[in-house]
Parts: sequence; C-alpha cells; structure tokens
Amino acid sequence: MPDTTHAQDRMLKIVGTRPIRPDGVPKVTGIARYGADFSLPGMLWGKILRSPHPHARIRSIDTSRAQALPGVKAVMTAADIPDQKHEYVGPERTAVNFWHVTRNVMAREKALYEGHAIAAVAAVSKRIAEEALRLIEVDYEVLPHVIDVEEAMKPAAPLLFEDMITRGIEPPPAKPSNISKRLEFKLGNIAAGFADADEIVEHTYRTAPVHQGYIEPQACLARVDADGQAELWASSQGHFPIRTLTAKVLGMRVSDLRVYPTEIGGGFGGKNVPYVEPVALVLSRKSGHPVKIVMSREEVFKACGPAPGASMTIKLGLKKDGRIVAADGLFKFQAGAFPTSPVMNACMCGFAPYDIPNVRTTGYDVVCNRPKTAAYRAPGSPVSAYAVESTMDMAAVKLGMDPLKFRLMNIAKPGTPTVWGTKHTHEGYAQTIQALMKHPACSTPLAKNQGRGIASGYWFNNGGESSAAIHVNEDGTVLVATGSADLSGTRASLGMMAAETLGVPFDQVRPIVADTASIGYGHLAAGSRTIFATGIAVVDGCNKVIDDLKARAAKMWNVSVDDVVWQDGHAMYAKSDGKFEPLSLKAIAAKRATTGGPIVTEVSVNAGGVGPGFATILCDVEVDPETGSVKVLRFVTAQDVGRAIHPAYVEGQMQGAAAQGIGWALNEEYIYDDAGHLANAGFLDYRIPVASDLPRIDTVIVEVPNPSHPFGAKGVGEGCFVPSIAAVANAVSNAIGRRMDDLPMSPPKVLRAIKNPNA
Amino acid sequence: MARHHVRARVNGDPVEFLCDTDQTLLDVLRDELALTGTKEGCSTGDCGACSVTIDGRLTCSCLVLGVELEGKSIETVEGMAKGETLHPLQRKFLEHAALQCGYCTPGILIAARALLERNPDPSETEVRFWLAGNLCRCTGYHKIVDAVLDAARDMRRPANA
Repeated sequence: MPDTTHAQDRMLKIVGTRPIRPDGVPKVTGIARYGADFSLPGMLWGKILRSPHPHARIRSIDTSRAQALPGVKAVMTAADIPDQKHEYVGPERTAVNFWHVTRNVMAREKALYEGHAIAAVAAVSKRIAEEALRLIEVDYEVLPHVIDVEEAMKPAAPLLFEDMITRGIEPPPAKPSNISKRLEFKLGNIAAGFADADEIVEHTYRTAPVHQGYIEPQACLARVDADGQAELWASSQGHFPIRTLTAKVLGMRVSDLRVYPTEIGGGFGGKNVPYVEPVALVLSRKSGHPVKIVMSREEVFKACGPAPGASMTIKLGLKKDGRIVAADGLFKFQAGAFPTSPVMNACMCGFAPYDIPNVRTTGYDVVCNRPKTAAYRAPGSPVSAYAVESTMDMAAVKLGMDPLKFRLMNIAKPGTPTVWGTKHTHEGYAQTIQALMKHPACSTPLAKNQGRGIASGYWFNNGGESSAAIHVNEDGTVLVATGSADLSGTRASLGMMAAETLGVPFDQVRPIVADTASIGYGHLAAGSRTIFATGIAVVDGCNKVIDDLKARAAKMWNVSVDDVVWQDGHAMYAKSDGKFEPLSLKAIAAKRATTGGPIVTEVSVNAGGVGPGFATILCDVEVDPETGSVKVLRFVTAQDVGRAIHPAYVEGQMQGAAAQGIGWALNEEYIYDDAGHLANAGFLDYRIPVASDLPRIDTVIVEVPNPSHPFGAKGVGEGCFVPSIAAVANAVSNAIGRRMDDLPMSPPKVLRAIKNPNA
Repeated sequence: MARHHVRARVNGDPVEFLCDTDQTLLDVLRDELALTGTKEGCSTGDCGACSVTIDGRLTCSCLVLGVELEGKSIETVEGMAKGETLHPLQRKFLEHAALQCGYCTPGILIAARALLERNPDPSETEVRFWLAGNLCRCTGYHKIVDAVLDAARDMRRPANA
C-alpha cells in the first residue's frame, strides 16, 4: 500500500504555493462589503416580528396600528406571499417542499417555534420599525409543544402537522405523527452477520442541536421596481440558489430578480436558504423603497439553522481477529419545525469508511418545536460518525486492538460496496490512517487524567453545476469570473488554477464572483464542491481560451493551428525551426482586434467524477477530575484532499473544522426551558471556542489525486470535520474510563460520569 | 425626541454627528459615519467583531453609546493603514492566511494592535488570552495567533521602532 502521498505527477508552478489572496486587502482594511454594509438612497429598515410561543395557532394578526405609525412604510404577513403546493421536489437527498419553505419564511396557520417569523415592517428608521413591531397584535391560541426527539416520536405527542403521515412505511400508518419519514438502507444480511460474530458491541448516543455560529448575522438589501424587476444584495452561500428559492417563494420570474453576491461572513451551510430575502423584497415592493434587513444574533439563534440533535444506537458484530462482519445503525434526527433533517446523509455516511459485508441503517426524520434545521458542514455525517466511531472505539478496546490498526484492517477500498448501492472508487483513506501512525503525536506518552481519541470519517464531497468566464484583457491580464460565493478564499484557488493552466503569473489573473445576471448558473458554495466543480469550469474555460490564442497565433504566423502548441504562457511554433519567436499571451492579446476581436469564453459544467473526503483525527485531552473541565492538548487532522491548491487555506479549513468539532463535542448546545423557550440565544451562553480554549491544530495534508479534476482536487471543507466530534469524545472517554454518550461533554456531565461510573 | 450633537475624533479626523440617546457607537460608526469596517456580530459585547479603541482603550463599540463620545478619540480598522502602507498586522494576516471569511478580522486586528501597544513581545498564551474576547468561527485561531506573533517580531525590529 502506498505511503502518505503527495501528488507530484507534474511540474506545477502556482498550484501548491501560498500566494496572498486577491480579495485580502479590502478585508484587512475594512473596505470589503458584507451583507449589512450595502445601502441605497431612500432606504428603509425592515424588522421581523417573531413568535414568543414554541407552538401556537395564529387566530388573527392586526397590523393596523403599526401601519398607522408615522414613518412606517409597509407592513407584511404571510398573506402577502403566495401559498405553495405540498409536494417534495428534487432528488431525495436534497428534496424541497415549498409548502414548508414558505411557512418557514413566514408562519401561516401556526407558529411552530419560538422565533418563527409572524409579520414584518419597513420604516424610515430602526427605532420606528421596532416600535411598529410592538403595535402588531397577534391573537395566539397557545398549544402544547414538544422539543425532544424521543418525546416527539411518542404517539401522544403534540402534533406539529395534524395530517402528517410518515413517509417510507408500507402500508402507510393510519394515524398522523411527528415522524416525517422513515428510511432504511441494507447491504447483505445483518441477521446472518451478527450470528457469525464472535463479539457484539452496542451503545446508544444522544447529541444536542448546535448552531453553525457564523459571526455575520443574516443580512440583505432589496429593491423592487414598479414593473416588478428586483435587485437583491445578499450574503449567502449561493446567490443563484437564493435567486431560485426566493423567486419561487414570491412567485416571481427568475429573470426579474438579479442577485448580487456580497462578501459573506461565514456560513458553514447555514446560509444556503433564504430567510430575510423574500421578506425584504415584499416590503420593498409594498413600500416602493429599498429595504435592508439585518438579523440580530438572538434572531440568528432562534430562527436560522441549527444542526439537528439526534438519538442513535449503533451495534457492531466482530470477529476475534478484528474484522467487522455486521453493523446496524439507528438514527433519529430532529428536523426542527419542518421536515427534512440530514438523517439520510447520516444513514449513508456512518459506516461508509468500512468494508462491512452486512449493514443496515435506519433513519427517522422527526419534527419538533424548534427552528427548522439547516445544513452544517457535512450535514448529518459528523453526528453519525460520533456514534459509529465511539462504538468503533469500544470495539477496539474489547478486542484489545490499536484503534488505528483496527480501522486500517476494516477500511473501505475501491470496489467496496456502500450501503446505498454504489461502490467506492477512490483511494485515500488508508493514507490518512498511515499518516497518523507515523505522526509523532501518536507515540507521545499520556499522563494521568489524559486520554487519546482516534476517529475516521467519510464525506461524499460534491460536483454539480458551475460556470466560469475567462476574459483576456488587451494588456494581457485575465479576468476569471465565477458564480461561486467565496466564503473562505476560493477566489485565490480558482485564480491559481487559471494562472497555472494559462501559464501566466498569479498576479496577472483577477478572480471575481459575478452576479446572477453576469455569469451562468453556479450552485452553492457547499458540499466541498467549489474547488472541484467550479475549478473544472475555470480550467475548461482557460483551455478554450488557449485554443483561441493558438488559433490567433497561427493566424499571425500564417501557419496551421495544428503546428502551434501552448507552453508556459506562450504560443510556440511546434516545428521549432526557429522561424517564429514564441508569442506571449500578452502579445496575442495586444493584437486581439485584428485576430478576431475580444478573447472571451464562458464555460458551464455539471461536474461528475467526485472524489470522496476521508479524514482521520487524533485528539489528546486532559480532564480535570475536580471540575469535569476538558482541555484539548493535541489535535492532528490527516485528510485526503486530492490536491491542495492553496495549502494555507486547506490547513485553514482543517483547523477551523477542528475548532468547530471541539466546540460541538465539549460546549455547544441549544438549551430549552420547560416553556419551550431557547435559554441561551447569545454568544455569552452559547459558547463557541475562543483562542484560549484551543491548542495549535496540526494538519497532515494527504494528496491522492482525483483523476476527474485537472489538478486532482477532491474537496476539503467537510471531510476533516466529520471525525472531529468523535475524536474528542473518544479521548475524553479514554481519559476517564467511561463512555461519553451524551453531547456536549460539558463539565457537569463529565463530572457526573467520573463520580458515578456505573450510572 | 431630539437627537444629540456630538463632536469627536475618528481615526484622527474631527467628526460631528447627531445620534439618538440609545444609539450605540457601533450604529453611529456604521449608520451615521458610513464606516462599515467595524462589524456587528452580536450587539451584546460577546463576539468582539465591533472592537474599536476609545482614547486608546480596547472596547466593544456595541456597548458604548454615541452620546458618551463627546471629545473622545476613536480608532477603527479604517485608520490602521497609513495611506498605501498596511499596518504590519494587516500585512501578516494576509501573509499567514489568518482570515477566511474576514468578518471577524477588523475586530481582531484592532484588538491585536491594542495588545502589541501594551506588550510588544507577547507569548503565544498571552496572545490567545488577549484575543479570547474575539470570536472567529472559520480559522480555529491557529493562523491568527501566528500572524500576531509574526507581526510583533516585525514591529520589534529597529527599523519599525
């Protein structure tokens, strides 16, 4: 088996280096404009009234007093938005039901969680808008609520939707419930598999909902003309999907809505769908003024995201020699107030790292009176990995095996079937384990109260629709425009791939994010897809430009284009008889008018050939036996990224994922009081890791190239996140000698586990 | 309600503004003075994205009222670079890839500058504890800490003294 691999199959000058990002200076000088930083003349401030109840029927809404307040220019409710058909559209894994989407934008019959949008106003100042909200009278019939997933599944639980019949059960149940869907995946025969096992390990886990925690609250600016044409400045992970969803919710024609991407202050999956955008557009239409809406942090916590909490049971059947022969996983996920949690991803990814002949995964998607969950960095997979990898840890202990060797013995390889029917096609996983085996951290001795955790994880990564335009300017500089939102420095990597392909210096290329009217469709900056799919579009575009440049050189030399090659940014005469000096890109650009006019190309792709993200993590912790407080001492992530285009930003993804995983494992949770109110809707009480909580995060970039990408890239943002929670949990469990099966592992819980080892 | 007339200095320049009694310095900077480099992350003093200095003291601008600024001198991220020359911290943040989304960056730069003015040679631990009031969700702080330490080294060189 190959050693830790670094791709060196070709000489690269730019890809793999660490240039300064082209959008960097405005971000350190304060000039970069994010969602809340745009304003227009005559602009109004929009504010949203939110439900104080977790579950209530809306009998009536009286907005007349708000409407009459001087300075108020528009008031809206769900009555101003067309209702939608109740149907699930799109592929099962990402199916959308606009009947739900529109009700999450603004409540209709019922308020389904504390913070659910009820009405909105636009006024000449923030102060007047806030005063107007207090004048809106809502007659609520408060209903019993349910917060917990297990409680919500009980037959007597209060129903969020009185007519919801569980999908995925044949014959369908006669009675409605909060279980939106049941799904099951099967491989082999688990009964036979468990019968064949020498040892069985089984355990149950719970996790709390956590928030993506982007520092920039949702914000947008909208304006609608009297003829229905509209412009929207939106901080989102994809201005094209935001356009699609917003136009659908408002019954607008897509061509009437132009969306400009603002800089985005973090998303992590939480800014894939619209919240404030349709509201601002309706208020703008009704008032005739531009309208800006900026959410408060409390609104972000109460109404956007979070990632689901879950209840899970994992059972592994093992042979004495360490082989896993059967696996059964039960995953119950909180969808929040509307169906569709990422439980399907959990069912697919949980056992995906392993070659197990007999597997079953069962998932339940359950609604409860919490905000509708949103994607969060490899949605579903870190949660299922927490349960599976904790059980793997227990199995290794039971078998007396080293956790890395145990995993290596059972890894999925190319040809290994997945539970969803296809086969793995990529190498890269073994190399992450081998990288850790060789890492000095692996042999660092541990002291008293310290523990070491190992975990691995799988993420699909993603391809799909992307567009790129390449413009060669008259002075030989190059514009690279894409429709992919840049959350983290992707402009740099896309520009690097363009410069490498064209053979020009990086600073000769200017990468930008173009608006929805200026470039072809581009899907979300999500699913670890930008460098892969948009990268393919950029490189395809550059290759088309090279073909054009070669044709122009042939024309200038009056030779056949077949005798022209492109090398190091120059057209060369292939016969190399010294007849023609090489022509630089710049020299050809200078002659553009006489060789055919502007040198421009635009390429759109629906990229396939995705390579998966495998990662393995080592985490060392120290537990304070008196307080239950956990300190992370050491954290090493090894991830196969295919190829690191800009290694500093690849490391940055791995380090940021580590911090989020540590927060998820140790601190973060949505805490509800008995009345169904979120008790910690702020950064003081919802505590994300700060600099002094964390160690340095060690990164091992493994490069096993993906042959479907011109430079071998697979994706980076999510694979590294998947095992992070499990690695911390295994470390804490090993430190205290008790399985930590309830997240977060906050000091009181750890202390209880230490003091009552048998509880 | 009558608005208050306030005279202060922002990044060395004299400014005058009108503000409501309950209007925060953060809202004054962003909405009255069009200085949107200072960011709002929470408005409760928990995230540090709105960090500025007032008469040299590091402060969350969301926790100070505009009316308190009469005669004060405020420094924001917009005042860090001198003309075309970036502050060493700004340069090192770019060189170390110490930002991803960049939203927390203005506040962290202001906080880091306040640290280096007090302690030109901080340890890694001192940097981590000083910046504990500034949340970053993208980077895991690793490269931010490296950038601050590297900028401090740069600033201690005689040419920068």
